[in-house]
Amino acid sequence: MRVTVLVRPRDGILDPQGEAVRRSLAGLGYPASDVRAGKVFDLQVEAGDAESARRIAGEIAEKVLSNPLIEQYQVEVEA
Amino acid sequence: MRVGVISYPGACDDRDAARAVSLLGAEPVRLWHGDADLGGVDAVIIPGGFSYGDHLRPGALAALSPVMSAVREHAAAGRPVLGICNGFQVLTEARLLPGVLRPNASLKFVCHDVGLLVERGSPWLPGASAGDVLTIPIKHHDGCWFADQATLSEMEVNGQVLLRYADNPNGSVGSVACVTNEAGNVAALMPHPEHAVEHLIGSTDGRVLLQGLLDLAQAPAHRLTSV
Repeated sequence: MRVTVLVRPRDGILDPQGEAVRRSLAGLGYPASDVRAGKVFDLQVEAGDAESARRIAGEIAEKVLSNPLIEQYQVEVEA
Repeated sequence: MRVGVISYPGACDDRDAARAVSLLGAEPVRLWHGDADLGGVDAVIIPGGFSYGDHLRPGALAALSPVMSAVREHAAAGRPVLGICNGFQVLTEARLLPGVLRPNASLKFVCHDVGLLVERGSPWLPGASAGDVLTIPIKHHDGCWFADQATLSEMEVNGQVLLRYADNPNGSVGSVACVTNEAGNVAALMPHPEHAVEHLIGSTDGRVLLQGLLDLAQAPAHRLTSV
């Protein structure tokens, strides 16, 4: 089953990468602010149904793909 | 006295760490990330470098390597572990130390000597007292230590902050440079004590922490923060 895990910096945590991108966008004159940089993981998860795929991917995201002290994650299972 | 120095694919300071251990009169034992045990060493150094190419997050993949199970047992038994640079990142990702190391606030790689203010006397810092300044080099991109305010306050009360930067080079919360676990037998810092062990290089202050590691390896395992 195709699963996507999105990992983002937690709200309120300084994100120097997003801030550097924001400054560059401002320099180019784009009307964009509050940039946050995260990561996308696409996984093939062997599971019988969408719910177990979500549970397995959630465990992977919690234990490996994100550090809960500074990051939050979101799991999306392809229909 | 036998001190294990763990090597990972991408480690680069393991040989300097082993050499520094020899200079202090102990026997370095080279360990590999795939090892299932620590070969009966008295103390462990997790050295600097870029384990597994720093993929995912610095230290995150090394924290899952086979040898870390043995390091966990060693630490749980109250035996000393010192993490240096990447080793600090590995120990936080393994949850053996509080907080996490993030990209420097400047997003720049920093490489220079830093002054480290001694927060308190500690078995990790033999001969040093509060207010002393140690000069030890840093060289890192991801050295911004972060913990929330509640965690940091608790650590300060427990005496888990050993060193602070005199001039914060990376944005670390509270200018914290060196921390221990609650029991006091696991310590780590971003600066490189193994690169500051000879006058020729400019400072021998790194010997303080390395001697602390050797001293702790000789002491019986107990709650070290209460010393």
